[in-house]
Amino acid sequence: MTINYRECCKLALRQCLDEEPRAFLMGEDVGAYGGCYAVSKGLLDVYGPDRIRDTPLSESAFVGVGIGAAMNGMRPIVEVMTCNFSLLALDQIINNAATLRHMSGGQLGVPLVIRMATGAGRQLAAQHSHSFEGWYAHIPGVRILAPATLEDARFMLPAALKEPDPVLLFEHVFLYAMEGELDASVRAVDIEHAALRRRGTHLSILTYGASLQKSLSAADALAAEGIDAEVIDLRVLRPLDDAALVDTVKRTHRVLVVDEGWKSGGLSAELMARVCELAFDELDAPPTRVCTAEVPIPYPKHLEDAALPQAATIAAAARRVCGRG
Amino acid sequence: MTALPALDRPLALALYREMLLIRRFEERCVELYGAGKIRGFLHLYDGEEAVAVGVMRALEPHDAIVATYREHGQALARGLPLGEVMAELFGKREGSSGGRGGSMHVFDAKRRFFGGNAIVGGGIPVAVGLALADKLLGRENVTVCFFGEGAVAEGEFHESLNLASLWRVPVVFVCENNLYAMGSALDIDEAETDIAAKARGYRMAAERVDGMDVVAVLAAARRAVDIARKGAPCLLEMRTYRFRAHSMFDAQGYRDKDEIERWRERDPLHVVAAAGKASGVLHDEDLGAAEESVRRAVDEAVAFAERGTWEPVEELTRHVTAPRTKRRTP
Ligand SMILES: Cc1ncc(C[n+]2csc(CCOP(=O)(O)OP(=O)(O)O)c2C)c(N)n1
Repeated sequence: MTINYRECCKLALRQCLDEEPRAFLMGEDVGAYGGCYAVSKGLLDVYGPDRIRDTPLSESAFVGVGIGAAMNGMRPIVEVMTCNFSLLALDQIINNAATLRHMSGGQLGVPLVIRMATGAGRQLAAQHSHSFEGWYAHIPGVRILAPATLEDARFMLPAALKEPDPVLLFEHVFLYAMEGELDASVRAVDIEHAALRRRGTHLSILTYGASLQKSLSAADALAAEGIDAEVIDLRVLRPLDDAALVDTVKRTHRVLVVDEGWKSGGLSAELMARVCELAFDELDAPPTRVCTAEVPIPYPKHLEDAALPQAATIAAAARRVCGRG
Repeated sequence: MTALPALDRPLALALYREMLLIRRFEERCVELYGAGKIRGFLHLYDGEEAVAVGVMRALEPHDAIVATYREHGQALARGLPLGEVMAELFGKREGSSGGRGGSMHVFDAKRRFFGGNAIVGGGIPVAVGLALADKLLGRENVTVCFFGEGAVAEGEFHESLNLASLWRVPVVFVCENNLYAMGSALDIDEAETDIAAKARGYRMAAERVDGMDVVAVLAAARRAVDIARKGAPCLLEMRTYRFRAHSMFDAQGYRDKDEIERWRERDPLHVVAAAGKASGVLHDEDLGAAEESVRRAVDEAVAFAERGTWEPVEELTRHVTAPRTKRRTP
């Protein structure tokens, strides 16, 4: 049976609500409207307004309420429509959710899951196209998840709900319509490790989110030219899976990072630095990267496409890193 | 209270035509969206035209405007060239924002039109800042800030109203209360649904206005601008309605068809046409002539946008920071 990423997200929510009586979903338009990306469509009828809780436009307040409820016995799943609006809740996420355990000397915990949509590619212009997951990965105290496959969309959320600390889960807007077969043998996923999505020998492409599919198509194109790319889906952006990085570099000795975030001070910089710190001697070439151009996302399609990593630019960078550029 | 302005023939004609222009412009936008010429989000102002048209008429060219992602109406009523707004929606270089912004980010600094902000509530503090600068620089300008009733739940609304009142800055807050924030009805979102009452809580004048009646809007806007011009903020709660989906498509399961039909009876175009006809200053021929001239204007705007050009990809990273002029060596 084919299923899409959006439906996987919904099944994940249902599993959480069915298995965990303390769980409830809270956010703007999650109820009557069905969620701005229709992830929670129909759930209000099934679970009622206490568990599918519509909030006013007040990101800072309802994220903060989620933190309080989590500290006091509930298991809230907060939906912030998109990471663009999470900026209004940044204070609550960073100064409260991420730090309460530490500030209280370990007395308190915030078992809160915050879901949000992320990413560009739909011509929504500068204020609606951000990718902030790499940015949030800077913050100690939170776990950052980026489901890029149907299985991860389906099973990361239930795993996140079992965490004792805050988890931020980023659903890429471009993936909601992605269809495929859900691997029936998968009943759960871990939220610790990176995943090897394509085995290769010539270089390692480290990526996550919507860039995974683009990287896999680039790898197909490269295969036709005799370049055999390994593709690693990071999945968990904090804490990073260092062992997986070292492991793949040991196999391929060349690294290309693909990140929809901006280059300067971004997650790609962190990944390249780690590869150098942990496996410098294994490298046959300087690590390189494909990121979003250093510009707010423009509205016109041709400029938006040019700003974002694409299969063609990924393949070109891969050739360069393999000395075939 | 200033009485309603006399609806003489020139005023009636102008108000009707301006509202019709917005209506027909946006109907064309819907077609163009279907044809793939316009992309991304497209929030229509269908039903709310009286608010922008009435308020803009109370402003001077030096006054400033801050609007939301639902700003085509404000842009056109402010007199932004129709072709440039359409070209912006196409993403063409000849657009109001050079094509970079699209539907949600129409800007025109010359006309003191400070955008098109797509973060709900994001424009409200900015408007207070624009007004503060005018006050500090001794200018007699007023800033008008449009936002939906959904924004009233954001902290930025409350923080901004407090500052505006505390510092006595010349800003008119115009809340376009169309009863729904996406799918959330006002009484689902707000414990106190009387928005004017909230503003009074910050010690500023506030009134509720029939936002479907452009003449009532104009009268209220004149009163509000008078107050602001004398150096105090105030708020107008415009009771209005959007006839269509929040953005291009939504299932609209959050309201029933009857409700939309009831509001359609108060379509601002019908309201002003009926008033004009009743007082004998508007006739059917006038409405027909307005249709004709508006159709031509929209055709020309579309043609202008079609003729427009795509910014070369080489220019992708322009407009991020100001161009650096060569520094003088000491
Ligand atoms: C801070 C923020 N949160 C959420 C959104 C998503 N969003 C866009 S418009 C909207 C509803 C706003 O309703 P209202 O303020 O009443 O204005 P209207 O759209 O009715 O004109 C929402 C939730 C956003 N753009 N910004």
